Amino acid sequence: MKILVPFKRVPDPATTIRILPDGSGIATDNVKWVINPFDEIAIEEALRIKERLKTGEVVLMTIGQSNWQEQLRTGLAMGADRAKLIVTDKPLDTLTIARVIAKVVAEEQPRLVILGKQAIDDDSNQVGQMLAEILGWPQATFASKLEIEGDRCTVVREVDGGLETVAFPLPAVVTTDLRLNEPRYASLPGIMKARKKELKEIPIESLGLDLTPKLRVKELKAPPKRQAGRKVGSVQELVKLLHEEAKLI
Amino acid sequence: MAQILEDLDYFSLDDLLTSEERMTRETVKQFVEREVLPEIETHFAAETFPLQLIPRMAELGFFGANMKGYGCAGMNNVAYGLIMQELEAGDSGLRSFASVQSALSMYAIYAFGSEEQKRRYLPQMAQGKLIGCFGLTEPDHGSDPAGMETRARRDGNGWVLNGTKRWITNGTIAGVAVVWARVDEGIAGFLVEKDKPGFTSRNINGKFSMRASITSELTFEDVRLTDSDRLPEARGLRAALACLTQARYGIAWGAIGAARSCYRTALEYVKSRKQFSRPLAGYQLVQNKLVTMLTEITKAQMVCLRLAHLKDQGKMRQEQVSFAKRNNVGWALEIARMARDMLGANGIVNEYPVIRHMLNLETVNTYEGTFDVHTLILGRDLTGLSAFD
Ligand SMILES: Cc1cc2nc3c(=O)[nH]c(=O)nc-3n(C[C@H](O)[C@H](O)[C@H](O)COP(=O)(O)OP(=O)(O)OC[C@H]3O[C@@H](n4cnc5c(N)ncnc54)[C@H](O)[C@@H]3O)c2cc1C
Ligand SMILES: Cc1cc2nc3c(=O)[nH]c(=O)nc-3n(C[C@H](O)[C@H](O)[C@H](O)COP(=O)(O)OP(=O)(O)OC[C@H]3O[C@@H](n4cnc5c(N)ncnc54)[C@H](O)[C@@H]3O)c2cc1C
Repeated sequence: MKILVPFKRVPDPATTIRILPDGSGIATDNVKWVINPFDEIAIEEALRIKERLKTGEVVLMTIGQSNWQEQLRTGLAMGADRAKLIVTDKPLDTLTIARVIAKVVAEEQPRLVILGKQAIDDDSNQVGQMLAEILGWPQATFASKLEIEGDRCTVVREVDGGLETVAFPLPAVVTTDLRLNEPRYASLPGIMKARKKELKEIPIESLGLDLTPKLRVKELKAPPKRQAGRKVGSVQELVKLLHEEAKLI
Repeated sequence: MAQILEDLDYFSLDDLLTSEERMTRETVKQFVEREVLPEIETHFAAETFPLQLIPRMAELGFFGANMKGYGCAGMNNVAYGLIMQELEAGDSGLRSFASVQSALSMYAIYAFGSEEQKRRYLPQMAQGKLIGCFGLTEPDHGSDPAGMETRARRDGNGWVLNGTKRWITNGTIAGVAVVWARVDEGIAGFLVEKDKPGFTSRNINGKFSMRASITSELTFEDVRLTDSDRLPEARGLRAALACLTQARYGIAWGAIGAARSCYRTALEYVKSRKQFSRPLAGYQLVQNKLVTMLTEITKAQMVCLRLAHLKDQGKMRQEQVSFAKRNNVGWALEIARMARDMLGANGIVNEYPVIRHMLNLETVNTYEGTFDVHTLILGRDLTGLSAFD
């Protein structure tokens, strides 16, 4: 079974993010870049499905600049079979991203697309859903368990206050939640093998899509600094402050 | 990523690394963070080695990583150095294990073994199924291995081995020991399997350093060996020293990892610890220490990276390895001591990794040629005069 895993490159969650003085974006010097952690879970799941079924192909893709190759190579080193880099240096909105992925799906004809439920940089949580809509495929978001039997897929979803199990025919789109699996690290032999795996660069213009964003980032601002806490003398005082100052009760 | 594993890259040396080298470092870092740090203090306290990590390290390709063929990963020497650096950021004992398995035991077979020996041992060793140890040091001969007393006597077509090797890392868990012994022509290397009659080993306990590493004494009493147990290309002490050069190379990198862990811990500590009116980090004496640490770690990184490139080009001299081992370990130990001091009383408990690194580095300073012995090697290189005797 062919599985497509689209992923995004994001700043390492451990990196301290600085916003540029003009609010147009984040400072990217000294930022360490990684595969979006939810997408890494998607890669792991695709590899596990392939290993369970003992057949198939895992294809990675990302949409970004030429130097995003490094993250694709990491995915290949984890065990994916080949990769596509749709090259652009323009920022794209989520709908455009979904459209680009749909183009690659049309060409690759995978039975399953797995991607993270959201990217940890802007936390949009939209691409998977939009992609399923464009393709007209079933979707299962926030997956914490995934099983495939023949041409049917069963997914346990994490929903508010519980778990929901859904079953649907393939092809389909699945987005991953945190508890689906713990991604492997690239082994050194894997890193050496990744050297020889196919990594194709495709200029985004060649896809013939309208890339004009429908969404524009007007300004980025750091969240306000948290105020230091305060000690109160008695329960009475606390209740009074919660009522009068915080207006919570 | 755990604070102490965060890279320290004041001079953008990362720009000189390939993406494969960075990926390798990332893999080892993740391994150390998830599988080593959570339990290393327990092993250090109990004086045990975390044996369960051996198959994991093998699976990830850490053993013999810079060798080609025989199931080894075939990486370059920068990647190999980065593996050692990150393992030692975890614990010097873990890096010692990898050094002994790869740079001493596997390398001895890789460089001086017959094709048959290579096929018999190397793939199993790369897979971590067979553990090796390297017996050079004796109770009465450390810095001066040329004086060794262990002897292999010709007996018909075979050999009879007698002697004692002491301070041998992994000795009691090894399936095969690389043993250096005196023969009529000089010094030769033998492969002695664990179950050979007359070969016994026991652990040396009561160590205050390298507690999460196994250190042993090996005894050979009339151990009968055949010619196929001898390393055919190992002629003279030179062969043993060539193995040491490989291990010292890795140690020079490893020391950076231990030093970085101490620096990171101390930096965080002094930023949050207030004494008198402000954080310790605001005092000149403390800043002086931090700056010294940063400067020396950065210099050590530069030496190692250049050494790696020379090694990959086949141009590395063993005196350059002595330079790197001496400088990097000497400074790592000094940095660990500074960090220990900066943590005050907290510097003596295992809530922080600093005292463990500091104690470990005392061994690293001593083994594979003591700091002073490397001074003598370099002194001889500069002057042409040997100050050993
Ligand atoms: C934990 C641990 C693990 C080890 N693992 C191994 C192993 O796996 N395999 C192995 O073969 N060995 C191993 N060793 C042994 C190690 O290599 C030796 O301890 C080291 O070579 C020093 O030898 P020594 O202890 O006999 O000290 P000595 O040689 O007695 O040195 C004592 C002191 O004298 C100094 N000195 C020596 N000669 C001179 C001189 N000519 N001029 C001035 N000063 C001098 C030294 O610098 C040192 O300060 C290990 C040691 C330890 C502690
Ligand atoms: C085993 C043990 C037993 C002890 N027993 C006792 C006991 O019986 N009774 C007792 O009262 N205490 C005891 N102590 C506490 C000991 O006296 C303190 O640890 C010591 O005073 C240092 O304080 P600190 O640990 O808070 O380190 P800190 O004061 O936080 O110092 C940390 C580092 O900052 C440096 N530093 C501090 N101030 C400055 C400055 N202004 N400028 C530059 N550098 C500065 C210090 O030199 C040190 O390197 C004990 C400690 C230990 C480890």
